[in-house]
Amino acid sequence: MKENREGIKGWLNPTRYGANRFAYWLQRLTGLGLLAYFIAHVIETSNIVYGKNAWEKMLAVTQTTEGHIVLMVVIGMCVFHAANGVRLYIAEHGKGIGRPGRPEYPYKPTSLGLGMKACIWVSVALAALAMMYGAYVLFGEV
Amino acid sequence: MVRESSIMKIHYYTGLAAIVLVAIHILFRLTVPEGYSASLEYENVIANYKNISYSLVLELILVTVAIHGFNGLRVILLELRQGDGWESAVKWLCIAGAVAVIVYGTRTILLASMMG
Amino acid sequence: MAKRVKIRVFRYNPAHDTDARYDEFEVEAERWTTVLDALLYIKAHKDHSIALRYSCRMASCGSCGMLINGIPRLACYTKVYELGSDVVTCRPLPNFPIIRDLAADFTAFFAKHKSMKPYIINEVAESIDGREFIQKPEEVEKYLQFSYCIKCGLCYAACPTVATDRRFPGPQALAQMYRYLIDSRDKATDERLRIVDDRHGVWRCHFAGSCSMVCPKGVDPALGIQLLRAYLLGMNRDSKVVAELYRREPK
Ligand code: HEM
Ligand code: HEM
Ligand code: SF4
Ligand code: FES
Repeated sequence: MKENREGIKGWLNPTRYGANRFAYWLQRLTGLGLLAYFIAHVIETSNIVYGKNAWEKMLAVTQTTEGHIVLMVVIGMCVFHAANGVRLYIAEHGKGIGRPGRPEYPYKPTSLGLGMKACIWVSVALAALAMMYGAYVLFGEV
Repeated sequence: MVRESSIMKIHYYTGLAAIVLVAIHILFRLTVPEGYSASLEYENVIANYKNISYSLVLELILVTVAIHGFNGLRVILLELRQGDGWESAVKWLCIAGAVAVIVYGTRTILLASMMG
Repeated sequence: MAKRVKIRVFRYNPAHDTDARYDEFEVEAERWTTVLDALLYIKAHKDHSIALRYSCRMASCGSCGMLINGIPRLACYTKVYELGSDVVTCRPLPNFPIIRDLAADFTAFFAKHKSMKPYIINEVAESIDGREFIQKPEEVEKYLQFSYCIKCGLCYAACPTVATDRRFPGPQALAQMYRYLIDSRDKATDERLRIVDDRHGVWRCHFAGSCSMVCPKGVDPALGIQLLRAYLLGMNRDSKVVAELYRREPK
């Protein structure tokens, strides 16, 4: 109580402080989600070494509606994380965030300008499109 | 001691490399003429593993993504809690995790590429 | 046109309270009434035991930062009307230990600021012999904005990394590190980069931008931190040339 640190609650709430804070939250979430998928995926594909039967048993579990939904989420996470990752790469190298000057009221920060905001929403939109295309491929065949 | 900037440069470059590598990997699912589910059939997957350049791509994905992902986990855990014991535990846990995934995945790639 | 609002004030004294509580007060607010005005009215007329810190009442001293309706703001720079709510909840700034009620302890925050060596390091500048540095306006503009920081701690309260990482210097301190690093009078570039290139240094910023969102002075600490990291990554290295001392000739 006395310490009054916001703690992990501060990480988990993406609704305050605008688009950049939302992107921070989603970058973390998708990073961890992709790591979980990646580990599971390496275990899943290892079934190949136990022959055709083991591989097809694995496919019977993963190539289901639930499995396809998981893959759609993975595709969305991949695209958002990659696109937003490129934005962070650029911004963290000091590009696209404006330059310091003489602040005037109402003190709009240049680093949170329209460019960065647009990149964030474009990343979200690309992820949504990729998920739709993924759904088309995954569910379109059957 | 490794500089934090060296580690984080690796984090950037593995992330950028992952875009290209994972894109190739996903394209291998979409470019099979008989469609997506055919790309997952046993014979096709074995053929993929026997394709030396593609299995090299798989190995590269394995290494770059394992390093990037476990370093990302390290970053999050370091920010979560501090203390010398915790920080050294986090470091070794993440190195062990990355090595374990790389070794296990490489075993799959090697064995699958030698299967008849 | 005045309106009646309810002010909820966080009350907690670590010396003898086990739990915090809110005290509620009805206050008449005009269009120009600031949250600080309302709190001082309550202190004068309803409950003088509320602890809060303030001084200048004009967003210059950086004392009156608090969490107002969930966002860190200066109480003297926030009008009750602009909050668009009939309930105003005041809490002490998060990520700072509580001294009492709305007063937060800035000891660790100031120590982190000091650990950035917030002064010009240049042995030539020590010789006071009538000579001076000359800076072009462009050189001044590289750091001027960051020097407007009033150390109010709003950014520190908003930062998600500070929320859990006790060793992270925070947006205020890192922006000040850039302010001195890029000043053409400062010569300690390598030393400064060494300090922030740490496991808990500049790399623990993920550009969540919350600091710049709440800064009341347009400092844009997130910009300073990204430029600091960029400099560390070898970008914009030509943007700094150490200045020479000149003797100003009498006219
Ligand atoms: C596809 C290309 C990718 C790019 C361009 C990329 C880029 C990035 C960048 C720039 C960061 C640092 C964010 C920051 O400094 O705040 C990051 C963090 C992270 N990435 Fe990636 N990444 C990619 C793929 C992946 C994959 C496949 C995984 C999963 C294994 C992953 C897991 C993580 C994790 C766990 C973090 C830490 C999250 C954080 O710091 O908040 N990334 N990524
Ligand atoms: C659309 C989703 C995905 C599908 C359907 C899929 C499917 C497969 C298949 C069938 C294999 C066996 C080799 C092959 O035929 O290519 C494989 C291997 C692999 N995949 Fe994926 N994959 C997907 C996404 C990903 C992503 C996002 C990553 C990276 C984060 C990834 C990383 C790997 C790795 C490292 C291997 C090699 C594993 C090993 O042999 O040990 N995959 N994947
Ligand atoms: S950078 Fe802005 S918010 Fe942070 S302490 Fe300075 S004036 Fe306050
Ligand atoms: S009282 Fe000085 S900044 Fe608010």
